[in-house]
Amino acid sequence: MAINFDSALGVHDDALALRGRRAEVLANNIANADTPNFKARDVDFAAVLAGQLDSYELPLEQTAVRHQDEFLSPDTAADLLFRTPHQPSVDGNTVELQEEMARYTENAIRYQASFQFLNSKFKGLTSAIKGE
Amino acid sequence: MSLSNVFDIAGSAMTAQTVRLNTTASNMANAESVSSSEDETYRARKPVFALKAVQPEQMPEDYRSLVPGQGVQVEEIVESEAPLRMAYEPNHPMADEQGYVYYPNVNVVEEMADMISASRSFQINADIMNTAKQMLQRTLTLGQ
Repeated sequence: MAINFDSALGVHDDALALRGRRAEVLANNIANADTPNFKARDVDFAAVLAGQLDSYELPLEQTAVRHQDEFLSPDTAADLLFRTPHQPSVDGNTVELQEEMARYTENAIRYQASFQFLNSKFKGLTSAIKGE
Repeated sequence: MSLSNVFDIAGSAMTAQTVRLNTTASNMANAESVSSSEDETYRARKPVFALKAVQPEQMPEDYRSLVPGQGVQVEEIVESEAPLRMAYEPNHPMADEQGYVYYPNVNVVEEMADMISASRSFQINADIMNTAKQMLQRTLTLGQ
């Protein structure tokens, strides 16, 4: 009986990857806070996660080796969305720095949460292997 | 690895803000550099920021739509089109035949506001880098 990492780790490894991606997108927003005509983007995390969880209920048929039955296909699950600014600025920039900072920090905390879950999954596997 | 891209992104923003601080310093230093003709007078310099687009070869196959850009770059540095300040100072050694000297079109108040904005943006990007560092360090402890 082989250990199937995908089912052992659940959603958490994908969530961690997506949190890392989102950190990049938000950092890019903040980096371009002074760029004229830059439009702030974000990941619709819930939609991507929903796409992930759906695939558990109704797996796709895999007819080739490269077919993946689960997740991160943000291409289809959720494209990057554009933010609607509360206070549009004169130069067409839609980055609101304080909001982006709040989201970035929140994303970092949730990254740590996903990490904790993943870490405890690995700890569980380790203790199962050791059998102590 | 997406988290290490955050370093590039925040780094590019810090570089761009440094260029902005540099132009501000240059403008402030030359705010009173008079000259006797319109062409020779110093004009305020401003950087133009632009989104640094992702090169196609950098784009990972499966995350194509999740890569909006790779930070910010300074596209060019333009000279301000604002009118120069003419002053009638016949005793000035740089005065032209009519007794006028030309002052640069540097707006000192605007430059100060620009300087504060640039240094705040720099700080925020340093914070972003720090948070990304903590996230990466934490990831390295996975399974310990």
